[in-house]
Amino acid sequence: MRQVEMGNRSGRNLEALPDEMPLEVSGLTVAYRDKPVLWDITFEVPEGQLVAIVGPNGAGKTTLLKAVMGMIEPAAGRALVYGMPFEKARHLVGYVPQRGSVDWDFPTSALDVVQMGLYGKLGWFRRPGRKEREKAMECLEQVGIASFADRQISQLSGGQQQRVFLARALAQDANLYLTDEPFAAVDYKTERAIVELLRELKSQGKTVVVVHHDLGTVPEYFDRVVILNKNLVAEGPVGKVFNKENLSEAYGGNVSYLAGS
Amino acid sequence: MLDLFSALFTDYTLRNVALGCAVLGVVSGVLGCFAVLRRQGLLGDALAHATLPGVCVAFILTGTRTPAILLLGAAISASLGALLILAVVGGTRIKQDAALGIVLSVFFGAGTVMLTYIAGTGNSGQSGLDRFIFGQAATIVREDVVTMGILAGIALVVVAVLFKEFKILSFDPEFAASMGYPVGKLNILLTALIVVAIVIGIQTVGVILMAAMLITPAAAARQWTDKLSMMVFVSGFFGALSGVSGAMVSASGSNLPTGPIIVLAATGIFLLSLVFGARHGFLWSRLRERRNRRAALEGGSP
Repeated sequence: MRQVEMGNRSGRNLEALPDEMPLEVSGLTVAYRDKPVLWDITFEVPEGQLVAIVGPNGAGKTTLLKAVMGMIEPAAGRALVYGMPFEKARHLVGYVPQRGSVDWDFPTSALDVVQMGLYGKLGWFRRPGRKEREKAMECLEQVGIASFADRQISQLSGGQQQRVFLARALAQDANLYLTDEPFAAVDYKTERAIVELLRELKSQGKTVVVVHHDLGTVPEYFDRVVILNKNLVAEGPVGKVFNKENLSEAYGGNVSYLAGS
Repeated sequence: MLDLFSALFTDYTLRNVALGCAVLGVVSGVLGCFAVLRRQGLLGDALAHATLPGVCVAFILTGTRTPAILLLGAAISASLGALLILAVVGGTRIKQDAALGIVLSVFFGAGTVMLTYIAGTGNSGQSGLDRFIFGQAATIVREDVVTMGILAGIALVVVAVLFKEFKILSFDPEFAASMGYPVGKLNILLTALIVVAIVIGIQTVGVILMAAMLITPAAAARQWTDKLSMMVFVSGFFGALSGVSGAMVSASGSNLPTGPIIVLAATGIFLLSLVFGARHGFLWSRLRERRNRRAALEGGSP
């Protein structure tokens, strides 16, 4: 780890942050049993960027996020968050899992789910109180669904559920956000709201990594892209690497949306 | 009926029986919520069946019928069953449901064989071990109630202290892991508490029907509320209610086995909840639907 810099960078809300890349993945290889899922992945995510991870189904996008967060043990390689192993940096990371990964019939309200983002700071045994309630309300306001705070979560639309997950990540007050398909199956209004939110985070100097499936919106929404298909196909600024050649290599054959460009 | 009710407070035996069944109902109701929400209802069933060989081995080794020793055997045997399920799921291509089925039938089969063996030895103390199959509340004495109470107290305190942790573990284990919660260990702890609930219940309800005590009150409670803490509370109450009513019917001299009666009482509560439940009950949903449809037809908003 290099020197720790003391709050002299603009747009920062942390006084002390290691002067390192928010995310540095090197030689990361993950295998389930004998099947390799990710092979020798190396890339960096610079500060204050919106980064898309794209690739066909089964390319290992979600696995990549989980390996970064130590939920899956890599067979080789490692991922560093602000120059630290994830266990030491998890308070700097906000996570948005796939919407389909939980049971929305669970007896809990939108506000309650957002408060879960504060559990990490609360620590063991302590219950969320008024302060946590207020903070969670703020986060719900930020994603524009404060009026649904008390709704049981199955009574929210898909887009609203996605916003609840984003609000929960906002409550984590992180510097690096790892989000898994936040744009999946949301309505147009929600998509715009999420894009606005990502830009707002960027303007605060935060870094957001988004597992993304809609190639058409990559140039508009993101600064950088990581193109995966088990192997790393390409990574870098969207203008440089997001081209037909790299995409056909990842997706195999024609990528129709780029045909006209 | 009224006599029976007053006997609840005056009759020493009945009081113990009812108290024991209430304790069992509360604990299985509370822990059942987590089992149901985590879709582990059948794990409870497999582990309940897996207690039987432990009870038998404990009796064969010690020759006593001291509840604490038999229940310790039950707990060890259920834990072995849980480990075996994990090993089968993790180490082979066999899926969870098949693993549960294998453990349930193998352990219960072994237990039944041992019961027959014990009966064949003509050991004077053996009479009554088969009560673990369908449960027999009438045999509950003060000593049992104390043992059950202590175990239940520990389990409930753990749930109260770790309520927020168990909630996030049940709702979104991935997110919990990302925040650094030891999801694997919390899983083991919650499963261990479910084993405690089972151990408390098998003497009264029996190993075959114990799973119903974990599942039914929780499923009933879900019809009344959209809040986990409230669901846990209501489920515990429903569990206690079924326990006490089952104990009273069974102890009223009808000589009916307690387990099935308690389970039938719980099922009755569940059916009522399904119809009248304030949040998801069939009746109110229908009424709401009709009101909305009428409002829509009249061009207004609901």
